[in-house]
Amino acid sequence: MSGRARLAMVALAGVALAVVLVVAVIDLPRPDAPPPRSAKLSTSVALHERHVTNIVAGITFDLRGLDTLGEELILFAAAVGVSVLLRAQREDSTMQDAADAAEQRRAQVPASARALGAALAGPIIVFGAYIVAHGQLTPGGGFQGGVILAAALLLVYVAGQVLALPTDSPVDLVEVTEALAAAAYGLVAVGGLIFASAAMTNFVALGVTGHLLSGGTILILEVAVGIEVASALTLILAELLDQALLRST
Amino acid sequence: MSVLPYLVAVWLLLIGIVGIVTSRHLVHLVLCLSVAQSSTYVLFLAIGYRPGGTAPIFADIPAGTPVVDPVVQALTLTDVVVEATVTAVLLALTVQVAKRFGTVDPNELGAMRG
Repeated sequence: MSGRARLAMVALAGVALAVVLVVAVIDLPRPDAPPPRSAKLSTSVALHERHVTNIVAGITFDLRGLDTLGEELILFAAAVGVSVLLRAQREDSTMQDAADAAEQRRAQVPASARALGAALAGPIIVFGAYIVAHGQLTPGGGFQGGVILAAALLLVYVAGQVLALPTDSPVDLVEVTEALAAAAYGLVAVGGLIFASAAMTNFVALGVTGHLLSGGTILILEVAVGIEVASALTLILAELLDQALLRST
Repeated sequence: MSVLPYLVAVWLLLIGIVGIVTSRHLVHLVLCLSVAQSSTYVLFLAIGYRPGGTAPIFADIPAGTPVVDPVVQALTLTDVVVEATVTAVLLALTVQVAKRFGTVDPNELGAMRG
């Protein structure tokens, strides 16, 4: 199909879609409408029955816990998919060339950038762990903290170091960690089935609301998701950064 | 006034689709998909907004304080994660397309090759 014909069709369909969407959103509840019951009930359940003060975490890991299991498996599948796609055409000799090129590139990185990357990597890891561990209390949690943890890898990369290329072992370790974290989430779901009434039901002590060790399984799931997200993003970033190095040879 | 966030969501979806259709570069196409999908974030958060409501975090506010709807915020969190994974896989596919066909212009990728 020619470009012009395609644009004409899209213009037609786009106008129709725009009209339908505008008509649809006009009738959506306005902010001054009374809040839906789900908002009040979910807040009450998370606060009083799960002892978490971050209601979003309470919903994500309790009311929508099974959805989040699927979400985590999507992330796992994406990391595996990126690895499979990008490793397919890789050969050992080109890998060695790329590793050599990376060594040369390291010498070209300004000392200030290397110092900054090295100095920030540690605090960022601590900050990421803090965000993961406090997900049941304050904004944050496994997904957000995991991304911050993975950002430490980018800083290491900026500092001119290469994590994945010279040997395969760090990436293997990341893969195993990722799989274990994904399995941990599944085990917590099954644990509810064994020790309580149904999958994803809480089966450990809930603790005092507002304390660090509160929320029961929610805290365990936060940590599992944090590790899973950090390792999945590390894997994806490492594979994509490897491509940049392979291309530079 | 209160319908404006919904219209922003509609606009983001439409402009993202226009970007996808007219794209001449696969990376640009993937980013346009992100723009289109970000319309759902705006839509969710607009539905959950309450005038005067604060964040649904009860660490330092008494229970019963009016807050915005936490359910749609949890949905948005899921949405963001899925969007990030989709982007990662699509960018990996783009790398493979560039290697195999030597071009990243969608218009030149029309014909199937064995």
